[in-house]
Amino acid sequence: MSQQVSAKEPNAEQIAQQQIYKQMGVSDSEYELICGFLGRKPNYTEIGVFSVMWSEHCAYKNSKPLLRRFPTSGPRVLMGPGEGAGIVDIGDNQAVVFKIESHNHPSAVEPYQGAATGVGGIIRDIFSMGARPVALLNSLRFGKLENERVKYLFEHVVSGIAGYGNCIGIPTVGGEVVFDDSYDGNPLVNAMCVGLIDHDKIQRGVAKGVGNPVFYVGPPTGRDGIHGATFASEELTEESEAKRTAVQVGDPFMEKLVMEACLELIDTGIVLGIQDMGAAGLTCSSAEMASKAGNGLELYLDQVPQREEGMSAYEMMLSESQERMLFVVEPKDEAQAMEIFERWGVICSKVGKVTDDGRLKLFHHGEIVGDMPVTALVDECPIYDKPSAVPAYYEQNAAVDTLRYEEVTDLGGALEKVLASPSVSSKAWVYDQYDYMVRTSTAVRPGSDAAVVTIRGTRKGLAMTTDCNGRFVYLDPEVGGKIAVSEAARNIVCSGAEPLAITDNLNFGSPEKPEIFWQMERSVDGMAEACRVLDAPVIGGNVSLYNENAKGAIYPTPVVGMVGLVHDTDHITTQGFKAEGDVILLLGETRGELGGSEFQATVHGVTEGRPPQLDLVVEKKLLDTVLGAIQHGLVASAHDLSEGGLAVALAESCISGGLGAIVEFDSTLRPDVALFSESQSRILLSASAEQAEKLQDFIVSRGVPVQRIGRVAGENLVIHVGGASALNRPVEGLKRVWEDTIPCLMK
Amino acid sequence: MKFAVLVFPGSNCDIDCYKAVEDTIGEPVDYVWHTATDLSAYDCILVPGGFSYGDYLRCGAISRFAPVMAEVAKAADQGKYVLGICNGFQILTEAGLLPGTLRRNMSLKFRCHDTVLRVENNGNPFTTQYAAGEEITIPIAHGEGNYYCDEATHAQLKKNNQIIFKYVNNPNGSIDDIAGISNERGNVVGMMPHPERAVDSLLGSDDGKKMFTSILKAWRDRHESASVR
Repeated sequence: MSQQVSAKEPNAEQIAQQQIYKQMGVSDSEYELICGFLGRKPNYTEIGVFSVMWSEHCAYKNSKPLLRRFPTSGPRVLMGPGEGAGIVDIGDNQAVVFKIESHNHPSAVEPYQGAATGVGGIIRDIFSMGARPVALLNSLRFGKLENERVKYLFEHVVSGIAGYGNCIGIPTVGGEVVFDDSYDGNPLVNAMCVGLIDHDKIQRGVAKGVGNPVFYVGPPTGRDGIHGATFASEELTEESEAKRTAVQVGDPFMEKLVMEACLELIDTGIVLGIQDMGAAGLTCSSAEMASKAGNGLELYLDQVPQREEGMSAYEMMLSESQERMLFVVEPKDEAQAMEIFERWGVICSKVGKVTDDGRLKLFHHGEIVGDMPVTALVDECPIYDKPSAVPAYYEQNAAVDTLRYEEVTDLGGALEKVLASPSVSSKAWVYDQYDYMVRTSTAVRPGSDAAVVTIRGTRKGLAMTTDCNGRFVYLDPEVGGKIAVSEAARNIVCSGAEPLAITDNLNFGSPEKPEIFWQMERSVDGMAEACRVLDAPVIGGNVSLYNENAKGAIYPTPVVGMVGLVHDTDHITTQGFKAEGDVILLLGETRGELGGSEFQATVHGVTEGRPPQLDLVVEKKLLDTVLGAIQHGLVASAHDLSEGGLAVALAESCISGGLGAIVEFDSTLRPDVALFSESQSRILLSASAEQAEKLQDFIVSRGVPVQRIGRVAGENLVIHVGGASALNRPVEGLKRVWEDTIPCLMK
Repeated sequence: MKFAVLVFPGSNCDIDCYKAVEDTIGEPVDYVWHTATDLSAYDCILVPGGFSYGDYLRCGAISRFAPVMAEVAKAADQGKYVLGICNGFQILTEAGLLPGTLRRNMSLKFRCHDTVLRVENNGNPFTTQYAAGEEITIPIAHGEGNYYCDEATHAQLKKNNQIIFKYVNNPNGSIDDIAGISNERGNVVGMMPHPERAVDSLLGSDDGKKMFTSILKAWRDRHESASVR
């Protein structure tokens, strides 16, 4: 058998001569380094293990210098980046655990399984920390929905997410879906999971205690997903379709059993270290666990449960078969651990031992088939400081006057057009396929600014959202990065919560291109500054590069996943208007800023100029003021102004509340600009007539600009700008336009 | 009154059912594993929603063979109360404790949203606290909730008042808008909508509460009349 394998797999000399390492994404200089670490040429298994450990996906070799720019600590942060997921204190010995991760490349070639296993993977990251997953979110990007291939990807990504999340019984409560040409052929599928944990239950992925046994948990290993991490670190080409085997297949039922068994195991207190097998499977989990403990690890590959016959060491180490975990206990606790997995009907096998020699040693068929220093695998991957260059488009955009477009006078028609844009329109077609209510704690369902999940036994809740406007980031990465964090914070605050921290998913094109690296660098700077000013540190995340194909790179899309704390469920606020007669207030300043706006794209058909500017100090003051007003019980509804500006925000509050509004907006801007400008740091509030005065005084006393713009009334949305009638439309009609877009396109 | 919430591998509304009993009526409730062989301690058995055995093969088709299901049949036979919700309803039809079957939604998609139900029979032990014809808001979350039975069975259901709830706007293609039914005796009820998700207005609706208060009242009435005798 072993000869059969070696006949198929090249030997160390052939790997060197034929430069086979290059097919695995290892460069000549990296290969030389690896030879140096080993003191010899690596065999096929070893070069495979190095190639995945040194891929962008595992080693962040192109992004690490940027990631260091993020603030990652704060008084509430219990665990920052580096483990499966970050953890933030929420009081009462409780903490929230969350992380976002991409599955872009797999979803581009096999949308159902790509998306499903993305969900499965992020759930494992959460429960491997010892936390009970309580909610899922998804941030999705596709090309134009009119395109048949896009429809196929969209439909199957959504059902893959539904198939996994619904079955495992974790509610999918929020997220976003955006359609834009830049994602054509390169969809983004970022999945986020949020969990709850008691402080004393927090786990780490460490292989502690020399001589302790290492256990494998979950279904047998097959040949699926081999080299998935490397695949995710390349550009998509026509050959990507042929790499379909690199996509794993998910089994949410199995993960449910693995999750329940692992949480029960962790509850016993006997676990010394536990980690999921995600990207690079057995390789990454074993090497990282050994590294974090400063130990070595021996793996006996004959003991690895196998789904297929004749699997080689290489295949077992690189397989990304799903729903698998690795954990360490003391020998005396073995039987107790085994009993739990037996009861849950989950395979658990002793596959290794913790050693003190700092090496990852692999045994197969009685031979040593791999012997590598753990530190070389985990810490010694070269980190590249890529050259960066200002792209020509950015220079050109400086001169673009975004107010030069001919005035649009049919503002009702323009509003309908923007509401009917698939990115703005109702996403009920998507989230109705997700079980967003299981676990009975979803207080704010998908469709409002942020979702809110209550915490049983307390009056607290968790608000959560994902946000990123790729157009803004493209037009000015630094400002766009600030906006992404600020918009997330605004959504959290509008739901009645205090922003806690973020997890980020940096989706970009190829870092080899200086213009792309410039986008990365600038947007990270913008995000980092926003995180500092808004007191929302980065507690973890994921980087997905090489999101480009023959047609070019995606818009730089650093998705922000934010979680906030609702101190009392009485503070929970939604975007819909609540009662006839309520007063409507607009907070913040409206300037003539159409660059990168939905109006500019939908009505004028271009994305150009500079995006809206954002002053973080102003933003912070706005957020504190609105949260204070909500906590004082002065606010009936709150809605952040984003895509589509004031007109869309008013329409959404009317639609969600099933009520009309009469608005007199005092502005010297041209009416179309006033209504559709996407100036930042603006929030729409409504309050009962009795509270309105108090609310307005409260806002004024905090120095935040506020204008009383109208009241909730009737069945139409009636807007006057600068004293002149701008639009008058029945809310029912706007609702139909907004609701029908996606279902009609998907018929 | 003592409640059992069954737990199959892949059940995921078990916790919600447990919490709903605790929060609405505060009666004692236990999780009971699919391998259990004795349900004699329980007065009401809740068969929760979820994806038992991953819904592989067919929803509920594997669960019906779990050891505990023989005990559920025995309990039903003894006149104890059994409520199957969503996947629990599917399991009860597969086990032959309720007539008919659940097919894929007409849309061929999983659907999760609030639905308005009309109480068709408020004489059932699970519905006595509702008014006849009352319209209540209870959410659904299923991919296979399209109730089907043959004409003869349908006629029987109507004749015996076994149709408990109907959808006001049919979300899945169910025959005659059926959302929930009972067995002939009325002590076994199955429904696709989730009353256990509608017991707190903070989470959207508390119209499901009355199912729990109804069953407690039914049990007390029976219990008291038995002890008087």
